[in-house]
Amino acid sequence: MTVTAKSTDTSPRVERPTDLADVARSEAALRTFLHGLPGVDQVGADARAATLGTRSIKTSAKKWAIDLAIRMVDLTTLEGADTPGKVRAICAKARRPDPADPTCPAVAAVCVYPSMVATAAEELRGTGIHVASVATAFPSGQAPLAVKLDDTRAAVSDGADEIDMVISRGAFLAGRYMEVFDEIVAVKQAAGAAHLKVILETGELATYDNVRRASWLGMLAGGDFIKTSTGKITPAATLPVTLVMLEAVRDFRSVTGRQVGVKPAGGIRTSKDAIKYLVTVNETAGEDWLDPDWFRFGASTLLNDLLMQRTKMATGRYSGPDYFTLD
Amino acid sequence: MPAFEYAPAPESRSIVDIRSSYGLFINGTFVDTSSGGSRKTVNPATEEVLAEVAEAGEADVDAAVGAARHGYENVWGPMRGADRAKYLYRLARIVQERARELAVLESIDNGKPIRESRDVDIPLVAAHFFYYAGWADKLQHAGFGAIPRPIGVAGQVIPWNFPLLMLAWKIAPALAAGNTVVLKPAETTPLTALAFADICQQADLPPGVVNIITGGGETGRLLVEHPDVDKVAFTGSTEVGRAIAKSIAGTKKRLTLELGGKAANIVFDDAPIDQAVEGIVNGIFFNQGHVCCAGSRLLVQESIAEPLLARLKHRMATLRVGDPLDKNTDIGAINSAAQLERIRELSAAGESEGADRWSPPCELPDRGFWFAPTLFTGVSQAHRIAREEIFGPVLSVLTFRTPAEAVEKANNSPYGLSAGVWTDKGSRILAIADQLRAGVVWANTFNKFDPSSPFGGYKESGYGREGGRHGLEAYLAH
Repeated sequence: MTVTAKSTDTSPRVERPTDLADVARSEAALRTFLHGLPGVDQVGADARAATLGTRSIKTSAKKWAIDLAIRMVDLTTLEGADTPGKVRAICAKARRPDPADPTCPAVAAVCVYPSMVATAAEELRGTGIHVASVATAFPSGQAPLAVKLDDTRAAVSDGADEIDMVISRGAFLAGRYMEVFDEIVAVKQAAGAAHLKVILETGELATYDNVRRASWLGMLAGGDFIKTSTGKITPAATLPVTLVMLEAVRDFRSVTGRQVGVKPAGGIRTSKDAIKYLVTVNETAGEDWLDPDWFRFGASTLLNDLLMQRTKMATGRYSGPDYFTLD
Repeated sequence: MPAFEYAPAPESRSIVDIRSSYGLFINGTFVDTSSGGSRKTVNPATEEVLAEVAEAGEADVDAAVGAARHGYENVWGPMRGADRAKYLYRLARIVQERARELAVLESIDNGKPIRESRDVDIPLVAAHFFYYAGWADKLQHAGFGAIPRPIGVAGQVIPWNFPLLMLAWKIAPALAAGNTVVLKPAETTPLTALAFADICQQADLPPGVVNIITGGGETGRLLVEHPDVDKVAFTGSTEVGRAIAKSIAGTKKRLTLELGGKAANIVFDDAPIDQAVEGIVNGIFFNQGHVCCAGSRLLVQESIAEPLLARLKHRMATLRVGDPLDKNTDIGAINSAAQLERIRELSAAGESEGADRWSPPCELPDRGFWFAPTLFTGVSQAHRIAREEIFGPVLSVLTFRTPAEAVEKANNSPYGLSAGVWTDKGSRILAIADQLRAGVVWANTFNKFDPSSPFGGYKESGYGREGGRHGLEAYLAH
C-alpha cells in the first residue's frame, strides 16, 4: 500500500479547512479520532427513529415523496442466477418503471454484479440512468486486495460509473481501522471517476457506535456515498442505522464542507417505509440530501410498491401486483 | 418553501361528541349544579367555545362528598380487592377501546398535539389503571402493614397540563386501595374528566365511587376544606399547594402535593450528543413545556456548549408548531390566555435581565394561544428565567465546568422534582444522581413515565409519591 491519506482528496470543496485529512496519518491518530466521536445511545436513537416514523405523509406530500423515492431507487439484482437477459429486463424497467404512465420518472441507477455491467451499460446508454456495480469481492469482501482492485477496474472499464464496495468488517471489528481506510482509498483510486459507495454492512457492525465510526472512516477515506448493507445479511437497512449515518454525513459536511450521500439498502419493501426514510433525511441531514445525487434506496421489490401507490394516488383505485412487471 | 412540505394530516374530530353543556357527576349520574353557575371551556388553538361546564358550589361539593362517603362505607370499602380489581381492569380496557376519542378530545380541550395525546397520555392512562388493578388484591404485600386499610374519601384536585393522565394518577391508586374519590379537574380542561365519568357509567362502577365536580379555584377550596374528606391530593402550582397545606393543617386529613419544578438537565461532554439534543427537546418542548418536571434549565458542560447549541438550534428549527389535531404537529397551543401571558411576561423578563433570546423562524396561527419554542443563552443563576417556573416552551441555558459545579447549580433551586443526566459513563450517572436533590433523575433520557415508577418532589416541589408501590402509601392507613 503506497496510497496515503493526503492523496485521498477528501475535501476538494472545503469551506472551513480543517486538519481532518491528517487524522489518518497513523493508526493511533485514526483510532483516537474515531473513538473520540460522540457516542450513540441506542435507546435514544431507536426512539428518535420511531418518532420520525409516525409522521403522517398524505396527499400532495405523499405524491411528491413517491416520485422522489422512485427517482432514488438503485434497482438491484444481485443473484448468482442473474443472466444478461434478466439484466436487460430490469434495465427496461429502470427506464420506464410504469409502461402505462409516461409521467413516471426513471430510477437513479441499475445495480448489478461486475459480470453484468457491460450488458447494463449498453442497455442504459444515453438514458442518464447510472450503472452501479458491486465490487471488491461482494458481499463478504474476503479476497486479497489485488483481486478487489481488479474487480473494481473491470467493472469500471465495462461501463460502471458507480462502484458499491464492501469494507473489511473483520478488520474493522478487530480495530485495524488503517487497513480498512487504506483499502477504501485504494478502491477509490481504482474506481477513478466512478462514484464510490462504501458499504458498511451495518448488520455485522452490530453497534451504533460502530456505525458512526465506520461512517466517518468511509467518508474520511474518500467515499462519495456511505451505504448500509449488502442485502445479504440480516438485519439489512434499518431506520435508526440510517439515522445515525445521516447524522454522520451532516456533521461531516459541517466540518469539512464536503457532502456525502447515504444509501440504505435491503429490507425496504413498501412505500410507507420509503417515506419514513425520506422524512428522516428531511429532518436529520436536511433537504440538501433530498435528491437522487445524495440519497438512494438499494432495492428491488420496493419499486413495485411505489408504482402501485403512485397509480392509486393518480386513479383513486388500488391495482394488484399482477399489473406491474416483476422485473 | 421547504422542498418536502408535509401536507396537513388532521385527525378527524368526528369521533368526539361534545355536548353543549355538562352537569356534575355525582353518585353515578350527571346532575345539575344547585348553584346554577357555569363557565365555558374553549379550544385554545382556535378560541372556539366547546361547552358550558357547571360550577360546583358548596351544596354540590357537599353532595359529592356525601355520595363518596356512602359509596365508601357501603360498597367500595367492604368490597374484596379482587372485585375492585375487576372494575379497574374494566375501566382500563374501556379507556383503550375509546383511546382515539379520548386523545382527540384531550387535544381539542387542552391544545396538546394529537401525537402526544395519542402516543403518550392515553396509553399511560390505561397503563395506570391496569397497573393499580393488579395491586387491588395484593395490598397486604405492598409493604404497608399486614392489614392495610383504605383511608376513606379522597378529595383530589388536578391540573390542566395532562388532564386525563393526572386523573388516572389520582383515581387508579385511590380506588385500588379501597377509597372513593371526589375529583375536580382544572377549569380549562374538564372535558376528558367528564368523558371518564361516562366511562365509569359504562363500566357499571357502583354509584358514589367516583364523583367528578367541575369548577374553578373556589370549588377546589370547598373540596379540600370539606370536613368529611379524609385525604387530599393536589397537583398544581406551589402557591396553591401551600394554601392547601395551610388550610388543612391541624385536621385529620392526609395530604400529598405534587407541585412545581425547575428541573436541571445536565449534559456532560461525553454525552451521546444527538440523543442528548433529542432529550433536551423532549425535556422542554414536550407538551408545550406545560410539564411540572420539564427540563427547563439546561446545564451544559462548557467544553461542548457551542456545538451542542448549534445542534439544538438546528433541531428546534424542525419543530412543527400548529394545529394540535394535525398528526405532524410537535408543539400545540398554550392552554390558556392567562398562561400565555405568564410565559410572555417571564420571557420578557429574561430579555430585560440580559439573556439572549432565540427562536427558530416559525409562523404562528392568528387565532388561539401560541408561543414559539424559545431558547435563552447567557442565563445566570440569578435571572428569573433560571429560578421561576415558566411552564412553557422556554429553555434557559447555563454552563458548568466541573461535575461539582453542575450538581451545585442543579440543586440551587427551591424546587426538586426532576433532573436529567447525560453521559456515556455509567459510574458518573450513579454518582451525580446520588447528589441531586430531585424526586426523579433520568439518565440519558427525559420525561419518561411508567405506572410502576414512583414520581414526586423534594423541597417546594411537594411531598408524597404517585405511581408504583410507593403510590399506594398515600391511600392506605397503616
